[in-house]
Amino acid sequence: MKYDIVLCGVGGQGGISVSVVIARAAMAAGLDVKQSEVHGMSQRGGEVLAHLRMSDKEVASPIIPRASADLILAFEPLEALRYVPWLRKGGAIVTATAPLKNMANYPDPDAVVAELRKIPGAALVDADALAKEAGNARAANVALVGAAAKHLPLEASALEAAIKELFARKGDAVVEANLRAFEHGRRANP
Amino acid sequence: MNTETLMGDEAIALGAVHAGLSAAFAYPGTPSTEIMETLQAMAEKGATTADGAKFVAQWCANEKTAYESALGASYAGRRALVSMKHVGLNVAADPFVNSALIRIHGGLVVVVADDPGMHSSQDEQDSRALAAFARMPCFEPADQQEAYDMTLEAFEFSERHEVPVLIRITTRLAHSRAIVKTAAKGRAQNPVDKAPQDMSWILMPAVARKRWKILLGKQAEFRDYAEERSPLAPASKKLGVVTTGLALQYYRENLEDYVAANGEAPSHLHIGHYPIPAAKLRELCAKVEKVLVIEDGYPVVEEALRGVLPTPIPVLGKMTGELPLDGELNPDLVRAALGLPEREGVPAPSLPPPGRPPQLCVGCPHADSFAALKEALLEYPTHAVNSDIGCYTLGALAPYNAIESCVDMGASIGMARGAAEAGLRPTVAIIGDSTFYHSGMTNLVDAVSHATNTTVYILDNQTTGMTGAQPTIAPSSRLKNLVIGLGVESAHVRVLDAHKRSHEASVQAIKEELAYAGPSVIIGVRVCIEAYKKERAK
Ligand SMILES: Cc1ncc(C[n+]2csc(CCOP(=O)(O)OP(=O)(O)O)c2C)c(N)n1
Ligand code: SF4
Repeated sequence: MKYDIVLCGVGGQGGISVSVVIARAAMAAGLDVKQSEVHGMSQRGGEVLAHLRMSDKEVASPIIPRASADLILAFEPLEALRYVPWLRKGGAIVTATAPLKNMANYPDPDAVVAELRKIPGAALVDADALAKEAGNARAANVALVGAAAKHLPLEASALEAAIKELFARKGDAVVEANLRAFEHGRRANP
Repeated sequence: MNTETLMGDEAIALGAVHAGLSAAFAYPGTPSTEIMETLQAMAEKGATTADGAKFVAQWCANEKTAYESALGASYAGRRALVSMKHVGLNVAADPFVNSALIRIHGGLVVVVADDPGMHSSQDEQDSRALAAFARMPCFEPADQQEAYDMTLEAFEFSERHEVPVLIRITTRLAHSRAIVKTAAKGRAQNPVDKAPQDMSWILMPAVARKRWKILLGKQAEFRDYAEERSPLAPASKKLGVVTTGLALQYYRENLEDYVAANGEAPSHLHIGHYPIPAAKLRELCAKVEKVLVIEDGYPVVEEALRGVLPTPIPVLGKMTGELPLDGELNPDLVRAALGLPEREGVPAPSLPPPGRPPQLCVGCPHADSFAALKEALLEYPTHAVNSDIGCYTLGALAPYNAIESCVDMGASIGMARGAAEAGLRPTVAIIGDSTFYHSGMTNLVDAVSHATNTTVYILDNQTTGMTGAQPTIAPSSRLKNLVIGLGVESAHVRVLDAHKRSHEASVQAIKEELAYAGPSVIIGVRVCIEAYKKERAK
């Protein structure tokens, strides 16, 4: 078994930090894990990208080859579109729908969403709304992990344990809100 | 034995502590920064070496000062680490090259992080070439586990052979995480024990000639070691593959498909230790009809293999177009070089997504400084704005379009000065505070001593913003006096509030200094948004 995830978004969205949740759950399940991030400049607003690979055999490359990712987990729709060449045939996309238009030449958001819908296995999720419902607007990234949970070769309980671990030092309220966001995400893409 | 998930940078930091590190020195630079950040975070939490002793982990003014501090620690008999990004090694080149000639006492390990693909750098130079230039042994880890293990190995090697060891990593290794097995019990620090007083640290010509011969004489043992540590796995006669460092993983990624397509695996030699193991390369090439060299960075091994005269078998790689000469290596490029077909994915979207370039943070003080400078320059149709490297380099792009050059750290002042001396006026040097301490000060001394008609604009955001807001080497409060101390007349050292609210006053002050015919310094002060957030999160 191998499972490759491309996580992508925009700098400052905090999206990449949730790859830790998935990575920890995978390690708890006894899988080998490699994770690669591009985080060069601290300026906000550029593209950010992480590759997360897990396998019951040893993982070799920290970079996922093109056309072989099992899942694209995107925190922004244009970024989801950018990494489609990494998706394998039959792979899944789970993406937030809210565009982040911090560039002059951002294409028509409806066209972006329409492009994504053409791809079988794409789930478009209003992660911001799910996070707000859960009581913490900053939990959109965790809501997305929830929306992707059915695809992941990991138990939901393992993911929940990793969420608890990641947010533990921020206090119970934050942990609870993130667990709720995760649950809302799961229900949004059952 | 413990297992941890570590970035390459973290693995090296931990390896150094387990090797009995006494002192580490660095200047920030992506992707090497996290080595020092990890050491400092460990020290802050009370981490010690196996003997319960604390270690020193300090930021320095630049890579050269960091290197020299590490040399001093080695002279004191203790294990020292110095880390930097690849271009930092240019700054430290003088101590680096010369340190190969002295008789290293406490182990000295130099970690240099290259950036093939230029994720956040101005070039993609390969530090393996600089190690060879200095006749210094070089280790190149293939994954995070090796990054950890080789750090321990490098300290041992350094002390055994009395030479510094360069560990070459790349961005991908530095910034990716994998599971690493670490030693449960590290090694104690060396006691303070000054280097023997046998002239071996005095590189005056008569001594240096001897030391150089000694270094040249050691090359055979360095090479023997590399030969021993380079595994050769003979298999197919048709193709031999040479991998170095992380390239091993891209090769392994494709191996199963290669075997499925060709019925056998290539013969394979992996190199993680330099000088280049020439005998092993000959042994591989004697067994195969052609050889493919896969390395990230310059074609270092490939060039050595190819030489000038025709090779008995074809040598394939970056110089023959099987792999690109520039950019970062990846599994897809290696796949094509192995002759495997592209994987078939989903059809490409018909809407090509435009790039999303990085921007100054909303509210960045640099934006307000650019606005003031641009307005002040309006009355000079001809002018030069030479800039430097930092977040403010983004001032080259719209909507600012405020700067005209960016070459290397410190170049702004030298270039603005040189252009002014050559007759171009007015000239302005834009430089960040961290870069000013790094290598701007000496240029300013030149400007003072020649009374150059130029204006230096220091963007004092009280941090090293570009690399993630590390502290600068001196506090903002000392900067004005420092500039005056370097000889700039105090009437022409102007401290401005780098904020919209002070726009008019700033424009006025800049105009006055542009009109002044000698060296002047403007200091625009306001804290970086990121540094402020980081401080508050503490
Ligand atoms: C020789 C060298 N060392 C390190 C770096 C990495 N680096 C780029 S800019 C910079 C300093 C930025 O700080 P500052 O000049 O204060 O500007 P800021 O980013 O805060 O605006 C560093 C360390 C480099 N490019 N070259
Ligand atoms: S990190 Fe600091 S200096 Fe860099 S763009 Fe942001 S506010 Fe400006």
